[in-house]
This record gives sequence, C-alpha cells and structure tokens, in this order.
Amino acid sequence: MDIIIIGMLLGGAYALMAMGLQLQYGVARIMNLANGEVLVGGSFAAFWFFTGAQLSPILTITVVAPLAFVANWLIYKILMRPLVKRAKSEGQLEVDSILSTFGQSFILVGLMLGVFGGEYFSYSYLEKPFYIFGQAYGQNRIVAFLFSIVLCGCLFLWLHKTRTGLALRAVSVNADAAGLVGIDVPRASAFAFGLGGAVTSSGGALLSMFLTFDASVGIIFTMKALVIVIMGGVRDIRGTILVAFVLGLAETIVASMIDPGLTLAAAYLLFILILLFRPEGLFGRRSV
Amino acid sequence: MLYKKLKTIVGISAVIGFAIILNGNLRAETIKIGASAPKSGPLVGGSSVSFWPNVKLWVQQVNARGGIKLKSGQAKIELVEYDDRTNPGEAIKNIQRLATQDKVDFILAPYGTGFNLATAPIFAKFNYPLITHTAITDKIGTLTKRYSNIFFTLGTTTAFAGSVATVLKKMRDAGQIGKRVAMVNVADAFGIELANAARPIFKKAGFEIVYDKSYPLGSPDLSPVIRGAKASKPDAFVAWSYPPDTFGLTAQAKIQGFNVKAYYTAVATAFPAFGGKFGKSAEGILGAGGINPDTPAMKKYFADHKKVTGKTPDYWASGMVYATFQILEQAIEAVGTKDRQAVTDYIKKNRFDTIMGPIAFKNQNNEKFWTVGQWQGGKFYGVDSMGQSGARTINLKPKW
Repeated sequence: MDIIIIGMLLGGAYALMAMGLQLQYGVARIMNLANGEVLVGGSFAAFWFFTGAQLSPILTITVVAPLAFVANWLIYKILMRPLVKRAKSEGQLEVDSILSTFGQSFILVGLMLGVFGGEYFSYSYLEKPFYIFGQAYGQNRIVAFLFSIVLCGCLFLWLHKTRTGLALRAVSVNADAAGLVGIDVPRASAFAFGLGGAVTSSGGALLSMFLTFDASVGIIFTMKALVIVIMGGVRDIRGTILVAFVLGLAETIVASMIDPGLTLAAAYLLFILILLFRPEGLFGRRSV
Repeated sequence: MLYKKLKTIVGISAVIGFAIILNGNLRAETIKIGASAPKSGPLVGGSSVSFWPNVKLWVQQVNARGGIKLKSGQAKIELVEYDDRTNPGEAIKNIQRLATQDKVDFILAPYGTGFNLATAPIFAKFNYPLITHTAITDKIGTLTKRYSNIFFTLGTTTAFAGSVATVLKKMRDAGQIGKRVAMVNVADAFGIELANAARPIFKKAGFEIVYDKSYPLGSPDLSPVIRGAKASKPDAFVAWSYPPDTFGLTAQAKIQGFNVKAYYTAVATAFPAFGGKFGKSAEGILGAGGINPDTPAMKKYFADHKKVTGKTPDYWASGMVYATFQILEQAIEAVGTKDRQAVTDYIKKNRFDTIMGPIAFKNQNNEKFWTVGQWQGGKFYGVDSMGQSGARTINLKPKW
C-alpha cells in the first residue's frame, strides 16, 4: 500500500515536470530544451519569496504563473515565431527549435547563476509527517501531489470541454488543417507555449518544497520531462499524465522491492520498451 | 606668444609623461595568479560555497596589505579566473591556457578530486606547485611519487571511512549504540569508493551491516531508501551522499521519524545551508569534515569571509581551501621571488601557520585533517580527526 502511495506522489511530481513541455511540444511544436530552466526559475522564485517574505510557495504560484506566461509568450513571439515561419517542414522546425532553445537554456542558466549564485538552495516548508494508514509521508509532497492532480484535471477538462481547448487540440493534430477551418494557428501556438511555461514554472515552485536545487540542475528535469512526453505520445496530454504516474509507480516499486540503485535502469527500460513496441507513444497515433 | 604656448604644452606633456612612467613603475610589481574551477555545471553548488569566495577573500586581503612581499618589493595579485564548466577536458585546457598564454606566475588548485587528478600532469609539465585543497583519494602515495610538485591536504578515502567506524566504535564501546549499521551510498565514483572502503572496515570493527543499498545521483524521491533503512532496525545510519541527497535523505528521515542514535551523511552536511534548512533538527547529525570553529584564527576567518563575500564559509573544505592559499603566499614570501621550483621545494621542507593550525607536509602529504564533524548548538564541530587537536566529544543524536 505505502509503495503505491509513494509511487503516486512521485508520479504527481513527474506530471508537474512534464505537462508544460507537452503543451509546448504537442501544440506549438517547439521541443523546448530550456524547459528545466523555466522550472528551476519557478523554484528560485518560490525560494526567494519564502526566505524573503515567508510567503508560502503555493501563494507564489499566483505571481509566478502569470509572469512565466508572459515571458514564455514573448519568447515564442520574438524568438520562436521566425523559426516557425521559416521552417519548410516539421522536421526542420524541430531541429531549429532544439538548437535555439538549447541556447536559451544556457542564457537562463547564466542569468540565474549571476543573480542567485551557484550554491544549493533548499528550504523547509511543510516538512512534517502526514499519516495515511499509519505511515508517514511528507506534507509538502502531498500538497504538491494534490496541486498536480488539480492542474492535470483542469488542463484536461479545459482542453476537452472548451472552444479554446478544442482549437489547441486541433492545432496539435494538424496545424495546416486547423488553419484552413479558421483557427488562428500562430495565436494558439503562442498561447500554448506561454501556458506550458506557466505550468512548468508553477511545477518548479511546488517541487522546490522538497527538492534541493541549484542554477544548473535544470537539464535533469528537461531529460525526465522529455522521456515522459515521448513515452506518452507527444500529441496528447493524457499520455503524459498517465506515463508520469506509471513511471513514478515503477520507480518506487523497483526501489522498494528490488534495489534503489535500479530506479534509473527501470525508467529507461520502460522507455526502451515503449520505443521498441509503440514508438509513437502510448497515446500517439500511428502515422500512415 | 607662440613660444609661451609651446612651453606650456611641453610642460604639461612632461608632467603627464612623468606620471605615466611613475605609474608604470608602481604597476610593474604584480604577481599573476590563475584560478580554474566550476562556475557552472553540476559541481558549481560546491565550488561557489567552498572555493570561489575564498579566492575573492584572499586576493582582497593580500592586495589590501599591499601585496605579496618579494625581494624586489610588494607585488599585488592580478587574478585570472576561468570556468571549467565541471568538465575535466575544459579544466585541462584552462590550466594549459593559464600556463602558456596568460603566463601566470602561480595557479591555484582546481576544485574537486577528479579535477585535481585530471590536471596534475599539466601542472607537472609546466612545473607549477599544485597544493590541492579538495582532493580526497587513496592514491596519494602513488601520485606524490609520480609528481614532485603535488601536495595533498584533505586526507584519504580510507581515513574518512575508517574515522566513521572509529566514531561508531567509540559510541558502541560506551554502550550508547548496538552493532547494527544501515549504510547507503550514491551510485557515483565518490559514493561507491567510500562504500567499498567502508564495508571491510565496519566488519572488522565488529559492526553488522544490516542494510546496504545504493541510489542513483539526482534521485527525486529518497523515501524508499529511508523506509528500507528504517525497516532494517539499525542502531546507526551512514550515508555516503552528495549534496542534493544529503538534504533529501535527511528531510525524509525527519518526516518518517527515522530515529537512530548516530546519523551520518557525507558531503554538504558541513554546509551552512544544511544548518540553515534543518535548524534545530540538525543537532547531533554527524557528517564529513568538521573544523574547530572556536579558535581565534577561525573566528576571524569566519568574520572576514562574511564581510568580504557576504557568505558564510562551510565547516570543512572552506577553511582548508583558504589555508592552501596561505601556504602558497607564505612560501612565495619566504623565497622572495616568483621562482616556482624554489617555492615547491620550500613547501616540501617547511611548516606553515594557517587558519587550520600549523601544516607541514610529509612526503607532500598533510597528515593532519578533520574527518568527522557533528552539529552541536548551531555549529559543526570536528569530533574525529587525524592528528588534529580540539575535537569535541560526540553527542547522541536526539530524536527529530
């Protein structure tokens, strides 16, 4: 039982890392390698507000999310849009955006190093036990998990029940066709990119409650998010969410039953199996 | 009229020219010091606590004194610093560049064991003394035989593992703990080497290792590790851990109420951020390193460090990093020139007064170093060492 709970908590954390990237990659077609840095930016904001003003990281989100939205929207408009216009094919856009966002990740790391320095950052918020069936779990992890569930639910419902959501999904399925039926594709893409950034940085603020971070740790989050998004199928947020929880459970089961040293091996074994047998991802559609 | 104007111009140029010559004369006496360490990459979390602030502090202090005293007059330090991006290849290039292009007079040792070992051949090739401050290895004997210019200060892997066993043995002999030890390590060169060194030492000291697992570097959730350790009902917990997991394990242990009388985590336990995060809960936690923060020299160092860099040094490597700079400075002053060979020879044969106490090298190795420390009353005190005096008595860890 406790293994399942720990696994779900970890899965929630993974979902927070990966959902933003899914929006950016799935809809806006930008493979954002600076995803981890945006996440760490959210962590720094939470740290700064918490140590400076004793402000809870949850409240920080109300500041961080709009800021990240605007910043990412601008990044898309200024840095990404020209690439999209220029690209003759999706493949070319992918290569260009990878190169561009790879560069951006260095800039962001440099900025954060300059502002905050290179030390490790960690603070204690809600680091108290919470008992479920007599077993102790960190309250901060539970809070992050609940938020992640709420966020997953909201995003899912919004994408599937509203008109804007429908437009985003249409762009995700086929950008050219979406344009033909009157959807403003550039606007939808910019919106999705901004929203993805907001989700990622909110995730960073929540994760900072229990993860020790520093200015250059972002790449680790990018890698994890990338693996999850690819395993889930890049076009569908349900895949991302499902895989995040499957991965969390799998890692925890391996760590508890076999050996904590094999968690990474288990994660990548899953990755390889999916790439071998369902290369389009769990929820991806086979291309014809 | 014209003549008068000309005279003024000549006069002014003479004054300016004289000023330039004078200025040039004053500026002539500088000593170029090179430094290469991570300013980005995975190790920056350590180097920006233990290394870079010390470089800033030392250069500032020496220049405020008027510079390093040479026979030809006082020479102010001109610092050339590079980022090695936590990449050994980059570090080698940096050292080469410092030696051949910048032609610096001396180079400070890089940060971290691997980087010192990687750059040692370059230091040897260009004949720069390499006074390491953050290198822990069991290969000191081999390395000092191979390179006549390398010096070690922080100790050996076996000494660190052995010292933890000594501390636990003391506690067991005093009837404070039993013989069950849970041991975990980060699956990376550092953690594996220490765990491998520790296994036979613990067994020989009569301990039973009841839980022995590793976890990958950068694990986002360490609760299964703590859960497993707790289930093995140990008397002592030992983690050969790196900074992020030192924090992560301790946070989990606290949440799960994992109470042992002896709780040890390795790197970063001595960091001010550790005491800052855990506050009173840090009390009684054992960790790698330690110093005696109550000596007058150390107190002054902490105050100066805070004043110049705005940061608190850590309770382990920081002091040793600064001490190696003091050794270099004292050796250069004693020799009185920038002759690197003479400075190396001087370091080999003499004793130096540093903030860590007197340091003398025996076969290029400092045999007096702290190994285990403990948080006591908000400071991290050395409780076990090789040859250091002023160790505190070990306290039992209270419940979280």
